[in-house]
Amino acid sequence: MRVWLQHHRLSLAQTTARLAKSPFATTLNVLAIGVALALPFGVYCLLANLETLSRKVSVDPELTIFLAKDAPKADIAAVESRLKGSRGIRSVRFVSREAALAELGRAGGLQEVIASLPQNPLPDAFVVTLSSSDPVLAERLEIEFKSLPKVAYVQADSAWVRRLDALLRLGRTGVALLAVLLGVALVAVTFNTIRLQILTQRDEIELCRLIGATPAYIRRPFFYLGSMLGLLGGLAAIGIVVGGFAYLNRDLATLVQLYGADFQLGFPTPREVGTVLGAAAALGWVGAYLSVSRHLREPGRR
Amino acid sequence: MAIIALHQVSKRYPGGFEALKAVSFSVEPGEMLFLTGHSGAGKTTLLKLIAAIERANGGTVLVNGQNVSSMRASAIPYLRRNLGLVFQGQKLLYDRSVFENVMLPLVVTGQPYREAARRARAALDKVGLLAREKANPVTLSGGEQQRLCVARAVVNRPAVLLADEPTASLDAAYADEIMEMFIAFNQVGVTVLVATHDQQLIGKYHKRVLALDHGRLQ
Repeated sequence: MRVWLQHHRLSLAQTTARLAKSPFATTLNVLAIGVALALPFGVYCLLANLETLSRKVSVDPELTIFLAKDAPKADIAAVESRLKGSRGIRSVRFVSREAALAELGRAGGLQEVIASLPQNPLPDAFVVTLSSSDPVLAERLEIEFKSLPKVAYVQADSAWVRRLDALLRLGRTGVALLAVLLGVALVAVTFNTIRLQILTQRDEIELCRLIGATPAYIRRPFFYLGSMLGLLGGLAAIGIVVGGFAYLNRDLATLVQLYGADFQLGFPTPREVGTVLGAAAALGWVGAYLSVSRHLREPGRR
Repeated sequence: MAIIALHQVSKRYPGGFEALKAVSFSVEPGEMLFLTGHSGAGKTTLLKLIAAIERANGGTVLVNGQNVSSMRASAIPYLRRNLGLVFQGQKLLYDRSVFENVMLPLVVTGQPYREAARRARAALDKVGLLAREKANPVTLSGGEQQRLCVARAVVNRPAVLLADEPTASLDAAYADEIMEMFIAFNQVGVTVLVATHDQQLIGKYHKRVLALDHGRLQ
């Protein structure tokens, strides 16, 4: 156990020394891995931000139920009681055709146009606020309300939220694909780096075998090297994403101010950072493993 | 019991070249002997079989009672820790000091640092290189480099020392120096097997001689 720990400490020290010995090559390697990781990670963080934004917007999904213009008072009352009796409803607000017309005039500055109309073209309507933003609920209620007597049309104004949701899902699938591709790239980069390192140290490896080093002893530093390259690459990726977001936020502040809104890109959470670092180190290890099993076979024992 | 015993050992390299043909001999613990023969007679191959660097095609190679030719790959490192190897063209590592070169076998086997450093210095002292411990091996002369190889081979206190043409590139004075070291190790109980084609050197020391001729023991 003590020997094992000593060997690990030594491997780690050797690996660090080796990386520090060729700072330029190390930096380039780390950057290559960093950029490869920053791409999917950055897009993922952007999507996460969009998701938060869409959730903020769609807190209160609404359905608007337009009644037929000839609907009598009794039917309106019947519809209202049906609406209020439905499950998944938070509130029901009646907008009479007169009130709607008045509001249109106020909001749109169309008083003159409205005044010139021979009669009110608007129907009576109910605005129903749903108790949750579950798209399935909205769909079910939309169908249910459409079948009520004297209901002319039901408009779900959460449709665009659903569209955004679908888009986000598409984006997330894209990120997953991108992450897999660039993960493979990371494995390839470490594979090649380790191969070169094995070639440069061929004499030392050969010698270590002759003086009784176990295969595990010979392989260990390369595993460390692979994981360390991955880890440093992961750190670089996080640096790129955080730096990029901070830079974007400056420009975004001006833009958002012009829209009178309040929004900023959120930085990756510690959990996300941990995941990226862990995945990067693991992929580096995989690259090292593949390279070592391919290039470190013992010769001569045919 | 013999510490090294070969029985009807043959070695054929890919391509059909037969390096060793039905070789049998045994070495007692604490013995010192020479292995001689013309260049290409199979001296190096024989040593490589003992150190499990090559595998025999036929016969048995016993080292310390273990059959090396059928040994599991995972057991080979532990066999080699009992052997000191001074091989031709065996490289010193030029990216570290003389001291660190001698430390390597101890580091590989996981000796505690303090004890390892003490033993490395003792080994360097025995070959007369203690004063150069901080030097880079590049700055050593040919004879000094060979002595460094010897120090590295014995630092683990192996039971057997195998040397392949240890004096090949040295002049007579340096060659004698190296041989005297081997004699000294032998006197403290190390089994020493030296492969050399230098008949003059062999004549100087009265030790058993195994002569190989085209892969056969004479």
